[in-house]
Amino acid sequence: MIENTKCECGHNNPIGTILCEYCGKPLDEGQQEKKSIEKEMRYDGVARRSQKKEQNFLDRVWSFFSSVKVAIILIVITLLASGIGTIFEQERLTGSSDPESYYIEKYGVWGEWYYKLGFSDMYNSWWFATLLAMIGVSLVICSLDRVVPLYRALKNQTVPKSTHFILRQRISHQETLKAEDKEEKWKKLIGALKKKRYEVRQEGNSILAEKGRISRWGPYINHIGLIIFLVGVLLRFIVPGWYLEQALYIREGETLRLPDTPYYLKNEKFTVEMYEGEFSNVPKNYQTDAILYEKDKNGQLVPVHRHAIRVNHPLEYNELFLVQADYQMETTGLKLKVIEKQTKKNLGTFSVDFQKISANQVYKVGDLEIRALEYYPDFVLQNGRPATQSQEPNLPAFVFEVKAKGANEGEKSWVISGQDTSSLTPQNKYEIDLEGIETALSSGLLIRVDQSLPIIFAGGFICLIGLVMGFYWHHRRIWIKYEDGKIYLGSHTNKSWYSLRREIDQIAEQSGLRLKLTQE
Amino acid sequence: MERLMENLLLFTFILYLCAFIAFAIAISGKKIKDQKKKERRWGNIAIGVTIAGVACHLAFTITRILVTGHFPTSNMFEFTTFLCFAIVLAFIVIFFIYRSVVLGAFAMPLALIILAYAAVFPREVQPLIPALQSYWLVIHVGLTALASGMFAVGFVAGLIYLINQVGNQKQGRNGFFLEIILLATLMFVGFIFTNLISSSMGYEAQIAHIVDGEQQVQSYEIPPLVGPADGQVQKMTPFLGLDKPLMEAPAWMKGHESAKLLNSTLWGILVGLLLYGLIRLIARKRISSLLHPLIKDWNPELIDEISYRSTAIAFPIFTLGALIFAMIWAHEAWGRFWGWDPKEVWALITWLFYSAYLHLRLSRGWHGIRSAWLVVGGFLVIMFNQIFINLVVSGLHSYA
Repeated sequence: MIENTKCECGHNNPIGTILCEYCGKPLDEGQQEKKSIEKEMRYDGVARRSQKKEQNFLDRVWSFFSSVKVAIILIVITLLASGIGTIFEQERLTGSSDPESYYIEKYGVWGEWYYKLGFSDMYNSWWFATLLAMIGVSLVICSLDRVVPLYRALKNQTVPKSTHFILRQRISHQETLKAEDKEEKWKKLIGALKKKRYEVRQEGNSILAEKGRISRWGPYINHIGLIIFLVGVLLRFIVPGWYLEQALYIREGETLRLPDTPYYLKNEKFTVEMYEGEFSNVPKNYQTDAILYEKDKNGQLVPVHRHAIRVNHPLEYNELFLVQADYQMETTGLKLKVIEKQTKKNLGTFSVDFQKISANQVYKVGDLEIRALEYYPDFVLQNGRPATQSQEPNLPAFVFEVKAKGANEGEKSWVISGQDTSSLTPQNKYEIDLEGIETALSSGLLIRVDQSLPIIFAGGFICLIGLVMGFYWHHRRIWIKYEDGKIYLGSHTNKSWYSLRREIDQIAEQSGLRLKLTQE
Repeated sequence: MERLMENLLLFTFILYLCAFIAFAIAISGKKIKDQKKKERRWGNIAIGVTIAGVACHLAFTITRILVTGHFPTSNMFEFTTFLCFAIVLAFIVIFFIYRSVVLGAFAMPLALIILAYAAVFPREVQPLIPALQSYWLVIHVGLTALASGMFAVGFVAGLIYLINQVGNQKQGRNGFFLEIILLATLMFVGFIFTNLISSSMGYEAQIAHIVDGEQQVQSYEIPPLVGPADGQVQKMTPFLGLDKPLMEAPAWMKGHESAKLLNSTLWGILVGLLLYGLIRLIARKRISSLLHPLIKDWNPELIDEISYRSTAIAFPIFTLGALIFAMIWAHEAWGRFWGWDPKEVWALITWLFYSAYLHLRLSRGWHGIRSAWLVVGGFLVIMFNQIFINLVVSGLHSYA
């Protein structure tokens, strides 16, 4: 690269500089022969760390990640990978405990490979996280590699530039001008430039007109925003207690502890509302009227917050966030009827509430006393003995004692949901049968703590500010110089060249330069 | 009120059509002496009619709000109609920056196609489900549509650039793929035509089949060339002597609407090919070479810049509407700001695609043809997300 860093104008440039920081003249011979220095102008020809000639390992890593080409390749790989993840639904959505056979059954050999290659849960995979991390590193290094030197260069701009520099710009022009006309032309030019809202600096026979420099900082600000965003996402995984996701089903009237939090919640009322008339199948509102409790020193529940949780109107309390997500119908009890076997007469009914049932609880039907002897919520026969598999009332079974009022001894009677048990006790006088199921709505809430959100959203908005700065402003510079009876004009922008040409045409027209860059 | 609403939309369509014709007149004709004058005169008329059309469209939107009580972006008909509005609005903005008449001659037909596409979907007013009852509906969906409209203008400019540069190339990949894009557009138009014509003639067929062990009936509004696998025809108006589907969809297309979608797609392809064949037969040249003379005299650098500028204007709006606001709403409604829902993923893909485009253009100097292809590709990604992901892939965003 460039060995000689001292420019003819006498300025000493740092190693790696392409265009003299002071007068803008290309520093090496090869550059001087080029017709255009547009490529070099991108970062004003300043030295960047990634372009050091001698590189150790760290420098090479730095160079790798500082390349925009690498950044684009990373973006494209992430893009393609994300797309692949939407071909079949992700594991999380299948609701299957055995995803492999789910994919094979549903999508055949494609599904099998989809699962085997790890695409079925790819957004949580190590390699996808690595991709995002690499983009993050690339964002940091790309930005640092450019923003520091660019900032220095733009801050220390000098007004007089060498004619080499001006004439090698993508837009350049020269025409002869008599010395006596110079003052007049200068005035007109400055007037025209100011009218186009340029900031004009003058030094001797040189003009530097500049506007929209803010646009140059846009990319760095938006990249900083993205870095903050990614850091916020990362923090969710490494700071304990920053992130929590739990689902909870809670019935009307129930008070439950919110798992992994110090809070308790009471569901006072759950409402499902439908639209009226022809849209009676369209839901209008799901609402849980909830009270949030905390325990005080004595272990007493103290209400701290009340809220009607609706879709789009979550409960927010400190870091806690409760969202109306779902509801389901739950069986809360059974309605049973007692029949006198001989007469087939229905003697009456009684209700068993799974939550409230206790040993030796007595239900009354007419003159009969019915005592609950045993209750198996999730009935199963183990080695010929009745047992329960869980405390969920999936297959409730009971042993009741039915006794007439005043009688000393009653008769035992089995009730197993979904089974005819009359053959177990053929000599019984009474039979207990299922009359109906008692149900209640259970509200499905999502319990969420996400302490990263402020960071994540702040990152998003910083990114947006950067994008707006970068894309809604344009950095434009015009250098004008009068030397040896000639007027030189060169101009540079980082984007939208046509608009710049059109603007220079207008300036030229107003100041009487023989210059026409665009044709209609 | 509902009558007024329907009429306003019809009137909007007519105004857009007139604007298109005026733009077409403005750019047609040989480069004679007073061509500039004619172009300016017709260009002014055209943009005036366009603005009248957009005002009418706005009036439609407002009436729809009054009728339904919510901002009309809650189902496919409403969203697609609003997308058309966004395209025209974006075009007007760009027109006043660059005064490009030729852009109108291509942007207006795109707006018309999108509006006709909206008419394919049921127009009934439906109440909002709880998840959509939020002011974010207008902010998130509205902004996303506005950004998509701006991207669409970038796409139109990219297409004009390609026709300008390679429209008369009889050989080479660029010319070939350009023709494919134009053919695909014709097929999309074919799809819309068959749907609109067939349903306005009241065509009906019902075919029962088994989905996940349950019998379901698919109602066709266009003649079923393809029926569901193992389907039973329950009722079918004969079509050209056809009283049962010509063939059955492959068995792996199990979704209960997929055979129907395959059928409409097939019709689109067939009608598109038919239209294409007719054009080739009459004009005896490619569509791209047919269009090329109209725009060969326009400054390609200007068109290239328009395609970039629209995309650059759209990008921050898209970031805000389709990602940032989307995340805030998702956090409020679903309790998480990001959940890898297919629609979310495709919004991310769109964003990544355009950021790759912007890096390639601004940092790697991809201008001209490569840049034009990228904006065309970007718009295809947007349409894919709008059409395919909404209609075929089920997810949290399947509202219509």
